[in-house]
Amino acid sequence: MPPDTVASARESGTTRSPLPHPRRARISSLWRLRPYLRPYTTRLIVIWLAALAGVGIGIVIPLIGREVIDGPVASGETGALLPLFLLALALGAGEALLVLLRRWMLGEAVLGVETSIRDDLYAHLQRLPMGFHGSWQSGQLLSRATTDLSAIRRFLGFGMLFLVLISVQIVTVTGLLLNMYWPLGLLVAASALPIALISLRFERGYVDASRRVQDQQGDLATLVEESAAGIRTIKAFGRGPYVGGVFGDAALKIYRTAMEKVGLSSRFFTFLEVVPNVTLAVVLLTGALAVGTGALTLGTMVAFTTLMLQLVWPISALGFILVMGQEAMTAADRVMEVLDTEPAIVGGTDAVERPRGHLRFEGVGFTFPGADRPVLRDVWLDVRPGETVAVVGATGSGKTTLTSLVPRLHDVTEGRVTLDGHDVRDLSLTALRTMVATAFEEPTLFSMSVRENLTLGRHDATEEEMAAAVEIAQAGFVHDLPWGLETRIGEQGMSLSGGQRQRLALARAVLARPKVLVLDDTLSALDVETEALVEEALRRVLRDATGIVVAHRASTVLLADRVALLLDGTITHVGPHHELMATVPEYRELLSAALDEPLDEQEALL
Amino acid sequence: MSGTTKENQKTETTGESPGWRGVAAENQDELSERASFLLRARSRRLLAELLRPYRREIAVLVAVIVVCNGASLAIPFLVKVGIDSGIPPMTSGQGPGTLVTVVMAVLVAAALQAATRQVFLRRSGRIGQDVLLELRRRVFAHFQRLSLSFHEDYTSGRVVSRLTSDIDAIYEMLESGFDGLVTAVLTLTGTAVLLLVLDVRLGLVALLPLPVLLLFTRWFRRQSSIAYRRTRETVALLIVHFVESMAGVRAVQAFRREPRNQEIFGRLNVDYRDANIQGMRLISIFAPVVKLIGNVTIAAILLYGGWLALGGHVTVGVLAAFLLYLRQFYEPMQEISQFYNAFQSAGAALEKLSGVLEERPDVAEPRDPVPLVRPRGGVRFEAVEFSYLDGTPVLPRMDLTIPAGQSVALVGTTGAGKTTLAKLVARFYDPVAGRVLLDGVDLRDLDDETLRAAVVLVTQENFLFTGSVADNIRFGRPEASTAEVVEAAKAVGAHGFVSALADGYDTQVGKHGGRLSAGQRQLVAFARAFLADPAVLILDEATSSLDVPGERLVQRAMRTILADRTALIIAHRLSTVEIADRVLVMEGGEIVEDGPPDRLVRDAGRFADLHRAWRESVSDLPGRLPG
Repeated sequence: MPPDTVASARESGTTRSPLPHPRRARISSLWRLRPYLRPYTTRLIVIWLAALAGVGIGIVIPLIGREVIDGPVASGETGALLPLFLLALALGAGEALLVLLRRWMLGEAVLGVETSIRDDLYAHLQRLPMGFHGSWQSGQLLSRATTDLSAIRRFLGFGMLFLVLISVQIVTVTGLLLNMYWPLGLLVAASALPIALISLRFERGYVDASRRVQDQQGDLATLVEESAAGIRTIKAFGRGPYVGGVFGDAALKIYRTAMEKVGLSSRFFTFLEVVPNVTLAVVLLTGALAVGTGALTLGTMVAFTTLMLQLVWPISALGFILVMGQEAMTAADRVMEVLDTEPAIVGGTDAVERPRGHLRFEGVGFTFPGADRPVLRDVWLDVRPGETVAVVGATGSGKTTLTSLVPRLHDVTEGRVTLDGHDVRDLSLTALRTMVATAFEEPTLFSMSVRENLTLGRHDATEEEMAAAVEIAQAGFVHDLPWGLETRIGEQGMSLSGGQRQRLALARAVLARPKVLVLDDTLSALDVETEALVEEALRRVLRDATGIVVAHRASTVLLADRVALLLDGTITHVGPHHELMATVPEYRELLSAALDEPLDEQEALL
Repeated sequence: MSGTTKENQKTETTGESPGWRGVAAENQDELSERASFLLRARSRRLLAELLRPYRREIAVLVAVIVVCNGASLAIPFLVKVGIDSGIPPMTSGQGPGTLVTVVMAVLVAAALQAATRQVFLRRSGRIGQDVLLELRRRVFAHFQRLSLSFHEDYTSGRVVSRLTSDIDAIYEMLESGFDGLVTAVLTLTGTAVLLLVLDVRLGLVALLPLPVLLLFTRWFRRQSSIAYRRTRETVALLIVHFVESMAGVRAVQAFRREPRNQEIFGRLNVDYRDANIQGMRLISIFAPVVKLIGNVTIAAILLYGGWLALGGHVTVGVLAAFLLYLRQFYEPMQEISQFYNAFQSAGAALEKLSGVLEERPDVAEPRDPVPLVRPRGGVRFEAVEFSYLDGTPVLPRMDLTIPAGQSVALVGTTGAGKTTLAKLVARFYDPVAGRVLLDGVDLRDLDDETLRAAVVLVTQENFLFTGSVADNIRFGRPEASTAEVVEAAKAVGAHGFVSALADGYDTQVGKHGGRLSAGQRQLVAFARAFLADPAVLILDEATSSLDVPGERLVQRAMRTILADRTALIIAHRLSTVEIADRVLVMEGGEIVEDGPPDRLVRDAGRFADLHRAWRESVSDLPGRLPG
């Protein structure tokens, strides 16, 4: 995490991810999640009824107390005491039962909603192409799938219900007050005005702050992820304290924004308690005057203030629940940002009847989104079924990009790539990616068993097929691992050496039995002997498949029938190795074995 | 991604160590009584430690909240006083004097309540955030201190889940729970005292269910701690899978792994949901039972109190007050159960975090570090033995002296122990026996900063961080100027490609350096190491992804780079080896040949064979061409 990482992380987070227009359609994001509630409609109705009934009982129980005092105690009838006791008992048990029902059902419904949104989010992320994943930070995606979804769950499971119950309570009580003595009732109703105004203002500030906190949490998660994934590099340079400092700064940023939130909400919460109290004082004063003039009886005045006291708690609770709601809204915004991103790469409907593996690049160009220069331009290349073509070019000349266009990890921005005459964009992704398998230079292994890593592209591979693929890739070392094929390899396969990882990745690609096999400089970390053995075995595989081999070295190039030279983003020469060696100086420059000669010349010059 | 195999292995390797220490208990949710007790004690200790600096402030806050609650309780009381003794004088024409006083008192109480509330919310909010910040920093720094062997087992996904989801759980408690808890506890004790003062008999009856309630709460706490532990664990697994499959999304898509991943993720998601449901169900039982106990008590007071009132043993007023306060007594209990969710969740999270903090790095910092002022770079292995965890010896016994300034190439087949040797010099691991010395000092006696300034290891991983190219080179020496960064890039031959990038040195490298090619990443990593300017530079396959011109550039640069420092070079491409002063051929963890490259080639031993094979592989003899 270099010095400006935090700043640049934020920047990239804000420029590359479509940042929300701060206040546009926020409630609608949350509202748009309502289809997820649909399966639980019946339950939700029951839950609401239970909640309302519970509130009703809560009001009735104290009334029984009045009955006891006014009835048996006043009249001295012991007999009437027992039925009232039993009634209170029954209602009390009923209330508890309703709470049980409501909570039990609500918990399941809300968690069900959270789980299905998360499932959909994950499915959507898997559909989104590499272009998306390259520009979105992992922590931002993760925080949306975890932190944000729990904020939504909390609101749906607790806040929403209480918001409505409290609103009902406030409106009912205010209605009763108006009914009791309208001038004072009006006064109470009028106190809602400052509350509403302040609430709106608070909301504006708070939504902004909570969105910032959520974004900053995503950035922090990214830092954590990188610091763990890059732990070897950090250790190698002893940069632990330095990285800790960068993390500390990011945590401090969250701290500051969170403190902003604390400041805002503490003022708002306090205000929500002050207003009813001040109103109470005003009511007391004006009410007393009204009693003085005889417009109001003392009894009504007592009843009025008692009832009014019941407003204090709901109004102050409103603050807490509004906060919850706002966090859920910004969270829903962030979740919808991802779900609203259309996958730029979707499969077509075509299937290749009898795949032969005839691969053609027809005037292909590729420019990364936002870049002003193309990586590839006007690339023409015809690879016949069963033929192997090596792609040679300088570091960063676009070789990997070229190979990634075949399985549509990226899409061409110009021209087209065809496979057996079909534009790859017309093929279904499954069909296409079954035909094409790539062994990446960076092997991308997962922390699962060797077997699962190998069979990534083909679940149903038999033991023999696996053994054969392992043999071809010279990956026999897997049998020496403590649990053989069942050994779980560490994250990214880091418990293995670079060469071992590459050989596993190669075995994986071979096992997929593709029509088109792409080897993206797959042998770079192998020692000379192993490389020779692998190449020997690969020749057999490449006889049956069309091959694209990205190579830096003559030894690898020799796997191919022809070589395509990639210069300045386009293929300038195609031909056999020795021919290019003899006629193309640029090619010679790239592949000349005579490393030491220029070095000696250099020295001679010095 | 599916965790089963790993867990099996883990239990086997950690079988004999106590099951609750460090992170060992992370995969278990049902623990023995004792282990569970120890875990709770450990997380309580951590919490106490985190809160210790604020204990005065917390005491003040408790006082503040007492005043706040007092003021808030005074308001209804004042209103009653106002009605009872303020209004009658007005109707009887004695003027509004009393009423005005009472109204003023109400306003004062309201102001007092507002002020104290404001102070409380702000201060407690700040303490909460302070604690969170401290916890984040502490856990992060601790993860950084822990050894590679820990990280290899633990996975980055888990690190992420500890530092995001667990911290979130604590944050949630601090945000919603603290305030509620303090208020509830205060109301509870206040009301209990009040009830007993009002009438001892009724008070005792009212408080009779309290022991039952406590026992029930204990049961609930035990059950739910299991459930919440499971929640923490399942969410960690979910995050591990999420992080890993997103990091490897290219392979996932290329190999059509999506359906299977969806299946795995779906299962983990359901596990997490079920753990949550279990927790929620417990709360769904807890809350109504508390409500039931409260309601039954109210009914009992109705009966007993009514009977007492009938007999004239208590006044109607006392009975009325009882019924009113009793409601108030059991209401906060409800609130506590509301927040219990957050508490239990935070408790489980604290358990996990305290476990991480308890882990000790295998490669420990020395207690009395030996200073190393100007490291010259002399490396010595004295009877060094090394084996990995599973017990297979990698280095049986190694004696080796590398004088300062020498460039040594390590050659040998995969598994010969070259990388292990390199990692021992960089102290990624400690030897099982013997010692590794730098300038005569045991590596274990050097503090991390000194060691890392002197020894830098460059591997083929070349991890790049989000940020610009310049940022990544500067990682080698954060205080380096831009000119020095460019200088380093020039020295290793990376300047050419960097200046050709769209934004030059300011080009963003993307997630994990994904916007650069493998070769470019390697050059950046190389520049980074050069900028760090260590006395000992170890290159483990650091040039494997370079193309021939790139490698040629690096070769050329190497002479300057290695001129005044000790170097250990591991490379399959023997071109790199040729510039070394000395070659060590390793086999089965032992050095079988040792000498300058020219001599070894002449000697016709292992190295001579390797050298010949390599010459052939890079040559373009027509005879090897197909057809």
